Amino acid sequence: MKRAFVSITFFVALLGIWEIAARSGLGSPVMFPPPSNVAVYIWQALRDGTLESATLVTVWRLFVGYAIGLGFGIPLGLLVARFKMWQDTVGMLALGMQTLPSVCWVPLALGWFGQTEAAMLFVVVMGTLWSVVIATADGVRTMPPIFLRAARTMGSTGLHTWIKVIVPASLPYLVGGMKQGWAFAWRSLMAAEIFVTILTGFGLGQLLHYGRELLAMDQVIAVMLVIIVIGLLADRLLFSPWERFLHRRWGTGALK
Amino acid sequence: MSLERELRNVAPERIEVSGVSKSFVTKRATVHALDNVTLRVGEGEFVCLVGPSGCGKSTLLNIIAGLDFPDSGEVLANGEPVTGPGRDRMVMFQEHALFPWLDVMGNVLFGLRLKPGLNEKERLEVAKYYLQLVGLEKVHHANIHELSGGMKQRVALARALAPNPRVLLMDEPFAALDALTREQLYGDIQRIWEARRKTIIFVTHNVREAACLGDRVLLFSPNPGRIQAEFKISLPRPRDINSVDLAHYSTEITVALKGFTAHSGKAVAE
Repeated sequence: MKRAFVSITFFVALLGIWEIAARSGLGSPVMFPPPSNVAVYIWQALRDGTLESATLVTVWRLFVGYAIGLGFGIPLGLLVARFKMWQDTVGMLALGMQTLPSVCWVPLALGWFGQTEAAMLFVVVMGTLWSVVIATADGVRTMPPIFLRAARTMGSTGLHTWIKVIVPASLPYLVGGMKQGWAFAWRSLMAAEIFVTILTGFGLGQLLHYGRELLAMDQVIAVMLVIIVIGLLADRLLFSPWERFLHRRWGTGALK
Repeated sequence: MSLERELRNVAPERIEVSGVSKSFVTKRATVHALDNVTLRVGEGEFVCLVGPSGCGKSTLLNIIAGLDFPDSGEVLANGEPVTGPGRDRMVMFQEHALFPWLDVMGNVLFGLRLKPGLNEKERLEVAKYYLQLVGLEKVHHANIHELSGGMKQRVALARALAPNPRVLLMDEPFAALDALTREQLYGDIQRIWEARRKTIIFVTHNVREAACLGDRVLLFSPNPGRIQAEFKISLPRPRDINSVDLAHYSTEITVALKGFTAHSGKAVAE
């Protein structure tokens, strides 16, 4: 209760200082709009549907790209951890690719796919995939081998061992990797959306970009706020349940 | 009823190890963990393998479990060659090796779910039976990290007993526990051994523990790992780890242990 009060007071104070600073004439109201202007923009954009449709476009790209990244990343990570040949090939590739900021893929993606959804998805997948591969492989490799021995004595073999022992045993790392993959996907999508206009859909990044072109900083800040809210919601809805489970079972938080 | 059949005692197994050798090549040297080891463990016998660390006793246990393979020699379980792990031979490890992603019940059910011929309701009954046997009927849904060291080993024991194996292989299961908890478990393991009639092979470096639990105590020497001596412990059960008669045996074994370790120039704890 007390903590909630402290939090609320902090954010109200922050908004208050911002409002006063913006209205005091320190900067131009165009470049540094007060929060009340931002609120007005959000209200209008919600009423004419701009914000909803942009959010929908962006979230769709994010989820589909992220799902593809996980769908390939986790099995690849398992293979990399299990087989030397995969480690020396795909594992090495993943290590290299992970150091490449995924926005660097944008020019190539545009060349290959044109200004389409596929280009956006490609960039998101490239952002997610490699960190998920590496986190999965690390998770499997750091698993205490005694789990495997114990499972074998109880008659677990093959696929059963993978599904019932190796994957759950690596769960703390997997969740960490999924979170990291999510963060990369989110960042790379925003960068890509700001960078290029996609003809098939108008996302939050593009809304941000056009806010700058129109010198509508209230729009820019409003979109930034929406991006923050989506990030927080994803954390709450996607990862918190897993982290609570890890905390309860392992007695620790997820490894980050 | 298959539940009754499941909970019935199965005939314990005899284990025959003949001429088993195993060496490990490390960067510095070749370690002869086991050198032509032969031993026979009868049905329902409780045999303790004692020796300083690195004498190959755990390696032997792993070979009997089917988790490791000898360079030469053979292991027979009830006359059948051991080619891999089997449900008739369950292992209890020094580190409890419980799965942290499952609760207590889930851990005990793990092996049962891999055993054919039971439905889920029966499995649950079997798991409850064994948790009660080890004195843990109240913590079915506790998480592993919430348990004390002794309770973890009790869960590990229940998990090993649950598929109703004929042989229990125990690799220093109590080494990491405090003395008081260990004493309780000595009582429990003897009681459970009487109740469930298993063949038990128990590896330890604690001579007193071996004398307390074993029908026979086999003394191992390190590098090359060999059985140096054998002691028959003829004391009535249940045995108390602090009894004077037991001290007599453990002194005798310790003297023998010091004898051959003095020759090989290695210090021995306990």
